[in-house]
Amino acid sequence: MSKSNVTRRGVLRTGAVAGAGVALPTIFTASSARAFTNEPTGDTVTLGFNVPQTGAYADEGADELRAYELAVEHLNGGGDGGMLSTFSSQVLDGSGIMGKKVEYVTGDTQTKSDAARASAKSMIEKDRAVMITGGSSSGVAIAVQGLCQEAGVIFMAGLTHSNDTTGKDKKANGFRHFFNAYMSGAALAPVLAKEYGEDRKAYHLTADYTWGWTQEESIKAATESLGWETVETVKTPVGAGDFSSYIAPVLNSGADILVLNHYGGDMVNSLTNAVQFGLREKQANGKNFEIVVPLFSRLMARGAGESIKGILGSTNWHWSLQDEGSKAFVQSFGTKYGFPPSQAAHTCYVQTLLYADAVQRAGSFDPCAVAEALEGYEFDGLGNGPTLYRAEDHQCFKDVLVVRGKENPTSEFDLLEVVEITPRSQVEYAPDHPMFSGGSLGSCNSGA
Amino acid sequence: MDAVILQILNGLDKGSAYALIALGLTLIFGTLGVVNFAHGALFMIGAFCAVTLNRLLSLSHQVVDETQKDFLGNPLKVDVPYVNDIFGEATGSAIIDWSVPLAILFSIPVMILIGVIMERGLIKHFYRRPHADQILVTFGLAIVLQEIIKQIYGANPIPTPAPDAFTGSFDFGVLLGFDPNAVIYPYWRLIYFAFAAVIIGAVFAFLQFTTFGMVVRAGMADRETVGLLGINIDRKFTIMFGLAAAVAGLAGVMYAPINSPNYHMGMDFLVLSFVVVVVGGMGSLPGAVAAGFLLGVLESFASMNEVKAILPGIDQIIIYLVAIIILLTRPRGLMGRKGVMED
Repeated sequence: MSKSNVTRRGVLRTGAVAGAGVALPTIFTASSARAFTNEPTGDTVTLGFNVPQTGAYADEGADELRAYELAVEHLNGGGDGGMLSTFSSQVLDGSGIMGKKVEYVTGDTQTKSDAARASAKSMIEKDRAVMITGGSSSGVAIAVQGLCQEAGVIFMAGLTHSNDTTGKDKKANGFRHFFNAYMSGAALAPVLAKEYGEDRKAYHLTADYTWGWTQEESIKAATESLGWETVETVKTPVGAGDFSSYIAPVLNSGADILVLNHYGGDMVNSLTNAVQFGLREKQANGKNFEIVVPLFSRLMARGAGESIKGILGSTNWHWSLQDEGSKAFVQSFGTKYGFPPSQAAHTCYVQTLLYADAVQRAGSFDPCAVAEALEGYEFDGLGNGPTLYRAEDHQCFKDVLVVRGKENPTSEFDLLEVVEITPRSQVEYAPDHPMFSGGSLGSCNSGA
Repeated sequence: MDAVILQILNGLDKGSAYALIALGLTLIFGTLGVVNFAHGALFMIGAFCAVTLNRLLSLSHQVVDETQKDFLGNPLKVDVPYVNDIFGEATGSAIIDWSVPLAILFSIPVMILIGVIMERGLIKHFYRRPHADQILVTFGLAIVLQEIIKQIYGANPIPTPAPDAFTGSFDFGVLLGFDPNAVIYPYWRLIYFAFAAVIIGAVFAFLQFTTFGMVVRAGMADRETVGLLGINIDRKFTIMFGLAAAVAGLAGVMYAPINSPNYHMGMDFLVLSFVVVVVGGMGSLPGAVAAGFLLGVLESFASMNEVKAILPGIDQIIIYLVAIIILLTRPRGLMGRKGVMED
């Protein structure tokens, strides 16, 4: 056996010194040359997709993730390019964002604010994500938006419908493409008045959190201005499971319309309960009793099955739209996954493209430059007609769809029919509208 | 008055589900001495038995219909269930329509099997361990079962309608002399209540009037002596576990049309069912049933607008509030026996 001077201790010591030596320069450059949070230095850029992968909205989250993956593929020049060819701004050419290949990390929000913040934080600090997007609950969106503001990254909200996201809780680093409760009310109320008359008495069941409150307020205001009367508004706990004890008193309350301000599993359960109680076959005040679900999604419609037929609601987007942008998106999504995209998928895909486009136009990943490029930006070709990203509150203004549960669906995806495309002008409101007042954007934070 | 009757009716079907689950919990606790936190998962699996049978019956092959187009503009592929091929379209759709009642037959062997596997495979190793260990392992098992179901069926609720014949609701108000529509109640919920009553009656009759039941009751009272008499009480208890699983499963099957099954429905019921067991008195079967209905009705009353106007938020805490009051005045619960969980 030959004698050697190499010892375990020695190897470890040398390794540690060498390791520290290699790491030293990067530690210095990372902190000294940083112009803003997570400035991409290599030839790739990392985006953080924060969606519910477990919990009650997991199916919605899965569809959002499919859309994000598709968007990344298109940005990097893969697939058929989807909406890149229909987007009015033609600065994206499939070569990534500013020549950097797009990579992504995903986090699981679990539809809980604290879990969503933790996963966003991890993606920002550990994976160096330069932008966070996603979510399918307003509670989560508002929590993550606040975190991104503090961390100095851009937040492109996914499915969030509460007025507060771009109202009292708006942030300079946060942007919402999805429509909101006020817009649902403004679009839905005239159709409701036309279909059911102006002399109606409504009973609201409302999910007891930020989104439910703002939706109830919005629908109530919009319908009352058309002559409806609101008999009663009842708050229900989120995840109540069985809503029968809330549904049972409705028919005897003097109301002839039931408005369900519920979403996801709650909406599926409350609507199913209401239909079981036979509300839709009943008469009240000499009129047919009707149910309204102001915020619809196709994934929810599938959960509610037969119950959804004939019921009016509003939605941000639907795959049956015939504009070029929607057709291109449905084509590439449908070809890749075998079924049409949901409204959640649409808004997430569009948000990713809008972010990439803003970076490209600004010529920088700096959140403040990106925010500036998005503010007051007018675009078209992404599915809802000409759209404005309003500078005052970072809310997109575009056409809104009023939809109805289809009576004779031809497939499990063909569940909603578009009743009316409400023009953008009808759903616009002043930035200081009372339903949105109370907060301020503040100034953008680049984390520098 | 009509509102009160309505809420009593309403409480009865929720109470039926609590009572059925609590009955199974008490059976397992009384016979095996195990606190089974996986019992809610058995209820959930029962509901998914209905979903599974519905899916099995609806298994289809695709026929291309050239006259219609799908969302990408290709010829539409229409699903034709195999049962339609075998029995013709009318009988085929009737079979699918009746899948929930049929699932009762389907679920009994499945649930007994799952129960026996659970007991032999995992729970029997925890008989002599402290209750805390039993709670941890059964709770873990519940999470595992829940995740398996989510993996297979996804996270969203799956609509599982009752047969068409039972849709709509019954107008009680007219019978009692109120205005039409004052007291209406869905047919299926009435059936659920009747079904629960039959099952509860059957379990009691089984324990009261059969030799097997007698031995089990003797075992609940004094396991050691029954063993010394040369009776294989362990085996009997395994069967009881299977039976309790079947009761929870049946409660789940019949509940599927009331609320579309989702993977966490078991947890929603489990916690309340435990409160029911404790309020009813640990180890007391009639106590579990009585407390189940009592708390179901109370919960219903608490969500009345008139009550909530006086005590906001009462609907979410009423059960726990009543549980605290009952336990303060009767520490063993409504019908608890001396010596249970007190050694």
